[in-house]
Amino acid sequence: MSSMLQGRWWSWGFRSAVMLYFMVLIIFPILGIYGQSLSSGWSDFASNITEPLAWKAVLLTIRMALIATVVNILVGTMSAWVLIRYRFPGRRLLNSLVDLPFALPTAVAGLMILLLLGPRSFVGQLSEKLGFTILFHQPAIIIAMVFVTFPFVIRAVQPLLEEMDAAEEEAAYMLGATKAATFWRVILPNMLPGILSGAMLAFSRALAEFGAVVLVAGNIPGKTLIASVYIFGEIESDNTVGATAVSVLLLTFSFLILWTVNYVQMRRKGG
Amino acid sequence: MHIEVSGLNKKFGEFQAVKDVNFEIEKGQLIGLLGPSGGGKTSILRMLAGLESVDEGEILFHGKRVNDLPPQERGIGFVFQNYALFKHMTVEGNIAFGLEVKKWSKEKIKARVAELVELTGLSGFEKRYPHQLSGGQRQRVAFARALAPEPQLLLLDEPFAAIDAKIRHELRSWLRDMIDRLGITSIFVTHDQDEAIEVADQIMIINKGRLEQKGSPWEIYKNPQSPFVASFIGESTIVDDVSSLLGFGEAAAWPGTKALIRPEYVEVGKPSDFELLSATAKGRVRHVHFRGSEWLVEVELGAARLVTYRSLEKEILHPGDEVQVLIHRAYLFNDNDSWVMENKLKEDPMPVHI
Repeated sequence: MSSMLQGRWWSWGFRSAVMLYFMVLIIFPILGIYGQSLSSGWSDFASNITEPLAWKAVLLTIRMALIATVVNILVGTMSAWVLIRYRFPGRRLLNSLVDLPFALPTAVAGLMILLLLGPRSFVGQLSEKLGFTILFHQPAIIIAMVFVTFPFVIRAVQPLLEEMDAAEEEAAYMLGATKAATFWRVILPNMLPGILSGAMLAFSRALAEFGAVVLVAGNIPGKTLIASVYIFGEIESDNTVGATAVSVLLLTFSFLILWTVNYVQMRRKGG
Repeated sequence: MHIEVSGLNKKFGEFQAVKDVNFEIEKGQLIGLLGPSGGGKTSILRMLAGLESVDEGEILFHGKRVNDLPPQERGIGFVFQNYALFKHMTVEGNIAFGLEVKKWSKEKIKARVAELVELTGLSGFEKRYPHQLSGGQRQRVAFARALAPEPQLLLLDEPFAAIDAKIRHELRSWLRDMIDRLGITSIFVTHDQDEAIEVADQIMIINKGRLEQKGSPWEIYKNPQSPFVASFIGESTIVDDVSSLLGFGEAAAWPGTKALIRPEYVEVGKPSDFELLSATAKGRVRHVHFRGSEWLVEVELGAARLVTYRSLEKEILHPGDEVQVLIHRAYLFNDNDSWVMENKLKEDPMPVHI
């Protein structure tokens, strides 16, 4: 009886500790931002949010993040495929390098892009000849976002591909399906949940990126100023409410994405 | 489909998986490829299917060489060991897949799927996903899916391996009936001799990549052509010194010859149980095991230890009991030859005429 009581106390203690941790670390700050954004009233919030530069920053961020996500879906799925399905020297090294963008400080990533794609670099000069500039323009933002979100899709697709029964593919062949039909109708549907959840995570991470982008984007308001850099600027110029208003927008967006990811995964487990 | 295979060889790296296999299969037969795991049965099946390339030899379907034909064009239905159902498709979707990729019309697909659902007893489960089905149901979906495009040959890789013992029995006879009814040539792989004996018209015993023997289950049981086949089919014990057994003294003429004795070749009992007491030797019961429907008796006969069955209706034996042992026949083999030898003393030495 006493041990049962003890067990109950333990479980109650653990649960409360975890709840408290969540509260202090995540829920309070979020509520704080929502509260702060409305601290000077609805009209102030509305004017901050309808400020054209703020809007443009948010829209630009979403647009850039979407493009980066599409790139990641294509390249990430292909990379996962190659890393799982092909055997070649250096495969293991490549596979471990995938996580590098997670481990690297994003500012270092920004610096790498700065040096690699700058006007004096080979790539920079080449693009100059072709008639467009990468650095301090939108392509640089996309490249920075793609770099930092690169692992998400790969890491989400890999386990699904690995888990997939090779016989499922062979079954399709035996039933007369060509390689292409087998890919579209059997392999891709198997990878799809991974592609989707990886893409969602990559997208929300790209929305939030600061360190890498701030170094390479040029941060011209209305042109290459993304939301996180805008928030930073507002704080620097002491407009906390303006900063929180944009933050609320991003936060709400991220929540929606997170919820969708969870929903997709739940459905995968259930069905 | 008439199938002919000649000089088939397959290597995986240094490992010779299939060695010079030749056979011919008549249309409509149900063939069991039987042998220990890793013996090359599945490799043969996969080469027939086109999922594995052929190193040497020829595979002919209806007299036409198909070695270089991709699996898509061979017109074969394949049931995989773990069924390999498409997880993201319903039962209907799985069965329809082969018809859709062959561009059948919508109505024809619908009719064919309905027909197969009916045939395999899956009515009511059409909209379910594979993970919502039991093992036996999944097996039937795999079967329906393989049959949907009307193949001329059905290959089954360990079709019952993943199913628990009780349902396995039901499914076996179900499959047997189904294949009989459809008249489709079928080959299945198994390592379970009961399964092969019960289901197959013809058994091919495969060991270490070689085809050891091909024939009906009864032929193989009665006339095993190699010691491996003799020991693989049925239960048996090997006796090193045959000539010491009563009635097999003549075997001393072939030194180095061993005997394989099946439980059903041996009879034990009280002296009064035998008509020809002179053909029996004294033995001692070592162990008795209850086998559910009979006793398994281990009996010691000189240096040899034999195993036999005993009906539950007879008097129960106990370890240590002295019994008379009659060996009806033995399967003798040495390095070059093998043959069946009857107990010489069973032929009455002094027939009494009144």
